[in-house]
Amino acid sequence: MKTLKIEDLSKNFGSTEVLKKINLEIDEGNFLVLLGPSGCGKSTLLNIIAGLETINEGNVYIDDYNVSKVEPKDRNIAMVFQSYALYPSMNVKENMVFGLKQAKTSKEKIEEQLKKVSTFLQVGELLNRKPSQLSGGQRQRVAIGRALVREPRIFLFDEPLSNLDAKLRVEMRREIKKLHQTLKTTVVYVTHDQTEAMSLGTKIAIMNHGVIQQNDTPEIIYNKPNNTFVADFIGSPSMNLIKGNLVQNSNKISFVAEGSDNSIQIPMNNYNFDKKIEFNNKEIYFGIRPEHIHFKKSNENDFEIKLRADLSEYIGHEQIVTFNYSNQEILAKFASTIKIQMNKEMSLYFDLSHISLFDKSSKERI
Amino acid sequence: MSVNAIASYKQLEQQSKVKNLILRWFLYFILILFASYFIFPLYVMIVTSFKTMEEIRQGTLLTLPGELNFKSWAVAWGGRGYGAGDTFLRPYFWNSIKMVVPAVVVSTFIGAMTGYVLTKWRFKGDSWIFLFLLFGCFIPFQAILLPMARTLGFLGISNSILGLVVVHIVYGIPFTTLFFRNYYVSIPNELIKAARIDGAGFFKIFFKILLPISAPIIVVTVIWQFTQIWNDFLFGATFSFGKAAPIQVALNNMVLSSTSVKEYNVDMASAIIAGIPTLIVYVLAGKYFIRGLTSGAVKG
Repeated sequence: MKTLKIEDLSKNFGSTEVLKKINLEIDEGNFLVLLGPSGCGKSTLLNIIAGLETINEGNVYIDDYNVSKVEPKDRNIAMVFQSYALYPSMNVKENMVFGLKQAKTSKEKIEEQLKKVSTFLQVGELLNRKPSQLSGGQRQRVAIGRALVREPRIFLFDEPLSNLDAKLRVEMRREIKKLHQTLKTTVVYVTHDQTEAMSLGTKIAIMNHGVIQQNDTPEIIYNKPNNTFVADFIGSPSMNLIKGNLVQNSNKISFVAEGSDNSIQIPMNNYNFDKKIEFNNKEIYFGIRPEHIHFKKSNENDFEIKLRADLSEYIGHEQIVTFNYSNQEILAKFASTIKIQMNKEMSLYFDLSHISLFDKSSKERI
Repeated sequence: MSVNAIASYKQLEQQSKVKNLILRWFLYFILILFASYFIFPLYVMIVTSFKTMEEIRQGTLLTLPGELNFKSWAVAWGGRGYGAGDTFLRPYFWNSIKMVVPAVVVSTFIGAMTGYVLTKWRFKGDSWIFLFLLFGCFIPFQAILLPMARTLGFLGISNSILGLVVVHIVYGIPFTTLFFRNYYVSIPNELIKAARIDGAGFFKIFFKILLPISAPIIVVTVIWQFTQIWNDFLFGATFSFGKAAPIQVALNNMVLSSTSVKEYNVDMASAIIAGIPTLIVYVLAGKYFIRGLTSGAVKG
């Protein structure tokens, strides 16, 4: 049984297609993050799961039951919003029990739930305050509390941390993680922040233009991006995508960057090509993350190359250095203790066990 | 810093102090001038209403009455006591109250409801409806007199207070809707979504979530509508006569129909009586009025 299943879901506002044939499944207890740039349809998808937005095509199942036409209140979900959406005229207690009261829950049960949740979230002493008397973090906590008291099957979070300042955001992120570890309730979480997505999700679904680009564990998304969009979107700075061609020589395949004579041999024992394709002269992007370009040789297979350093950005514990690789910019990440001389060639080592290759025309991983 | 520089700074400081002082006094002078220009008519009205006719004839506009004489107020409010042709304000004052209270309450409520729907339950073509409602704000009074007279006749409520109530409700809806729509548009839609997930329906969300935070805009709307309806003369004069007339019409009849001598003291007292209710509303709700006009989003 899947806790949540979305089947061939399409949604359009007028003539704009917001979601195109979305298919998604979540197992019990998973934490799914919908990640994507603004306007990619992730919030619309969440609103559809909640029942706040109608569907044009497709179905939504909760516990294998088709809820496509079920009212939000009867879907057994709870939602936490970016603006917290606490009812301004009610105090914290009234805010938290409003839903239970609507559902005609018995007084004893309401009291019991309220006590349990307010102790758990440590909002016990705030119960008589109005939302306007709370700090941002406290409001967020109450909003989560309001969702918790309903004991939903699925928690929906719509960018819950983006209104908080940087420090509080990290704190609340950890609390949400802890919350999930304790309660083990299924969560669908929308964000545009990749750090949030990586640290919270057991699964991440990356969306762009209303299409899911990749849906997998954070590790796979990071190490084996499906296409150049995912490769570019995840990681800071993002993956280097070097333009060039594949060259096949008997059963050795190597990469030659545009305008360069150096050929990088692809380690066939280490790189699994997804598809059987014609390799020779194929135009591709050679993807390598900045942290996999080393200053010293660390691995026997490392590819050595001499490149000129153009720019160094110091960011505390590390530095990001821009190199020129036959007129393509390449970023590398080093510890900030290393002294780099500008405008001078130096030896670099590409760790070839962490590369990704993408077809230039389809932008898909090969 | 050299001694010279300090001296020149001191001189500059002195100069700017003098300049500021002169400007400030000039500012007060202008303000007082304008304030008196506006207060002067009120002063004349109040002073005149307490004078006897003898005093009015002998003194100037500005002279104070010899003693506080409430007689003209009594006449304005309750009449002289003889039967025919005695016009006084009391019955018409109550007419106006009976007209203004339901008209304000109903038009404010409908405006709130419409504003709520237009912002929180958007539907296809809703912005067109809002646009047409806005046109309602710009239709001149005169343009609707004839159609409205026909309508009231058709409904069988012409020349009645109920008829006036209906006219004012209909004419007020564009304004009240505009106020509430602009207020609710700044309230985050997530609030409505949260309430829907919590299981609240259309009316529950309106009464439990939105209305309790609408106090500022309710005050603005009530003041606006009260002033408009209470001070209206044209609709009153057109759609009612005789016993059903509101106070502004009665005031007009009273002042214009005095025979032989013009009783300025009674006229002034009547005019003040007719204006008092709006003053009371302003004084009671004035500070909310400013706050409501300037308040944007309700955060929280």
